[in-house]
Amino acid sequence: MKMFTVAASAAIMAWASAAQAQQTLTMWYHGAGNEVEQKLINELITDFNASQTDWKVELQSFPQAAYNDSVVAGALAGNLPDILDVDGPNMPNWAWAGYMQPLKIDESKIANFLPGTKGVWNGQLYSIGLWDAAVALVTRQSTLDELGLRTPTLDQPWTKEEFTAALDAAKASGKWEYPLDLGMAWTGEWYPYAFSPFLQSFGGDIVDRSTYETAEGALNGEAALAFGEWWQGLFTGGYAQATQDPADRDGGFAAGKYAFSWNGNWAALGALSAFPDTVFLPPPDFGAGPKIGGASWQFGVSATSKHPEGAAAFIEFALQDKYLAAFSNGIGLIPATPTASEMVDNYKAGGPLAVFGEYSSKLALVRPVTPGYVVQAKVFEKALADIANGADVAATLDAAVDEINADIEKNGGYGH
Amino acid sequence: MASKFTVSNRTGWLMAGPAVLLIAGFVILPFFLAFYFSFTNQRLVSPNATEFVGMANYRQLLGVTTVTLEPVRDDSGAIVMQDGEPEYPSLRALTRNNPDRPDLAGMREWFSFSLGGDSKTYVLARDVVFMKAIVNTFIFVLIVAPVQAGLALGLALLINQRLRGINVFRAIYFMPVVVSIVVVSLLWRLIYDGNSGLLNNLLGAISFGMIPPIDWLGNPSTALGSIIAMSIWQAVGFHMVIWLSGLQTISPTLYEAAAIEGASKWQVFRYITWPGLRNTAVLILIVITMQAFGLFAQIDVMTNGGPLDSTQTIVFQAIERGYGKQDISGGSAISVILFVIVLSISLIQRWLTREKT
Repeated sequence: MKMFTVAASAAIMAWASAAQAQQTLTMWYHGAGNEVEQKLINELITDFNASQTDWKVELQSFPQAAYNDSVVAGALAGNLPDILDVDGPNMPNWAWAGYMQPLKIDESKIANFLPGTKGVWNGQLYSIGLWDAAVALVTRQSTLDELGLRTPTLDQPWTKEEFTAALDAAKASGKWEYPLDLGMAWTGEWYPYAFSPFLQSFGGDIVDRSTYETAEGALNGEAALAFGEWWQGLFTGGYAQATQDPADRDGGFAAGKYAFSWNGNWAALGALSAFPDTVFLPPPDFGAGPKIGGASWQFGVSATSKHPEGAAAFIEFALQDKYLAAFSNGIGLIPATPTASEMVDNYKAGGPLAVFGEYSSKLALVRPVTPGYVVQAKVFEKALADIANGADVAATLDAAVDEINADIEKNGGYGH
Repeated sequence: MASKFTVSNRTGWLMAGPAVLLIAGFVILPFFLAFYFSFTNQRLVSPNATEFVGMANYRQLLGVTTVTLEPVRDDSGAIVMQDGEPEYPSLRALTRNNPDRPDLAGMREWFSFSLGGDSKTYVLARDVVFMKAIVNTFIFVLIVAPVQAGLALGLALLINQRLRGINVFRAIYFMPVVVSIVVVSLLWRLIYDGNSGLLNNLLGAISFGMIPPIDWLGNPSTALGSIIAMSIWQAVGFHMVIWLSGLQTISPTLYEAAAIEGASKWQVFRYITWPGLRNTAVLILIVITMQAFGLFAQIDVMTNGGPLDSTQTIVFQAIERGYGKQDISGGSAISVILFVIVLSISLIQRWLTREKT
């Protein structure tokens, strides 16, 4: 009789675990429309589903342009998936709004990850990226030689004066339509991502990071005003164009229209194939050290997930070097770990894009880690566009500060 | 209490039911929600509870005041001049961190003028961008409504003739209406391109290079004009068809009588065509006005409100705030203000064009 009970309970437990094996986890991803990315993520999911019997991940892909709206709409409808991917600077907003929960994975697994790949909010890890992106000052060795410019290094980047002298020399030579291509055509997140590091290198910031409760002094202090004057000077001085044709952004450097281009690692291979002597210089140091932006798309767990341990298991599985390397090979981003970088021809030591990994690990500063960033990014973008178009620097930055502060106040300080 | 309206019309209600439900759910309900939200601090994304804030959103949007400043004088009492203009005290010192004028905190200069004498009057607004959006929208409406209606009438008269192949012309004029406004905007962005756009090339070719390339959308003085021209072109065909339908309801016997009487072409238009188009004209004017107040897609695709707010519009601001900046309450308040503006203008138009008996 006892024997029978044991056998029966064993059978029940086996049945229960078999039922559990069918536990489905839903996942949303922003890569619809990109075949390579789609194939990589599908392989990752297939591998994970085959590697264990507890969970089965099902993917739903969205076009990147519609992804954030879909998540907000899904959250309002109480219909979020278990696993989300999230653009790094957006994460605090979603965590604060209660869309996401802290990510419980083994900290030792991400110890050697690039700083920009870790999404930490309120002292807790919410999201982790398989890759990061980095921006560099793209030019040609022949340009540097021709203009008699010192090659800046990570230890000795150009100073503001050297950078200005380089732009002056390029302008005086008359060989290019404009000395500098900033990517003004890429409106949207590019502005805070690519240009706020200049402001931070001047010593200012979008918001005061010590409290996150005001932008006063950070975005309209002396450093910020100096940045604003410099920024406006780029356009009034004829070094860069305030409105740019998107086609010039994509092909202008390769067509020889610009001497320098402020562009990311994703465009680096194209530049190299146009000019084999392309070099990727570190950003200039405007006083507070050279800086670039960090954080790209990352994975996290939704707050409504009934199986956060399953979602975390999937994310942990994805953090293996081979997937980091596969994504890097496929879509050109910087692998999150040095060991994975060694598996990628472009990013291994001595590889053509290895400098980007170095910039990412040493210069990257994440955008302000606050739920208010979503609004602050928009305000910053408009302020920079207005200043580029000739608006008064101090008045524009003051207005931006007022708008950011009003928004922080409206939101009860965003929980800081 | 059962009236003829509710009982005998049972079939009618049944047929109208689906449409009534959809309109109630997607037009009427959001309309009332917008009213409600505009008095709260509702956010798109927030864990905080919604609170009533009274008129705060409206005060923030519509706050305007004036400050008159005397020019700076040196010790001898002479006006300090700078670049040939009298120098005035800094507005920044007045509006920022100034304990004496807490009412001015956060306000910005909208524009300034001088009413003779040395003093200068500054008009300060709490939300300069929204003020500019209102002005731009009114400029847009004031130009688009008459020009588009006039051009459409001209085209309608042209194609209202019995000629071989007239349908080809009708189709050509109507074509831009069928194409999505987003696609049209993208195409016109290429046409207006500052370096190698079609328009610049065309102007350069016909002037033998005398007219230098103009950055149509990147220049604050030409951006709104460019969008106005393109918008008129895009929707003129639609109104042309409405005019045409109006023209074809005018009885041909009137024209035959006019021909017998020996009326000139102008007399025919003035005394037969135009009075016959009365109701059509009222309809077209109201439709164009309402459509023009809703200007959004062209701005979103072509300029994003820039450069220097020269193409900000009311609807663009409503969406930019509500979704872009997650401020549903601010966006709702803008929608309500727009509703009040459009309603008042429609009522005025109705009154001006009423049947005078």
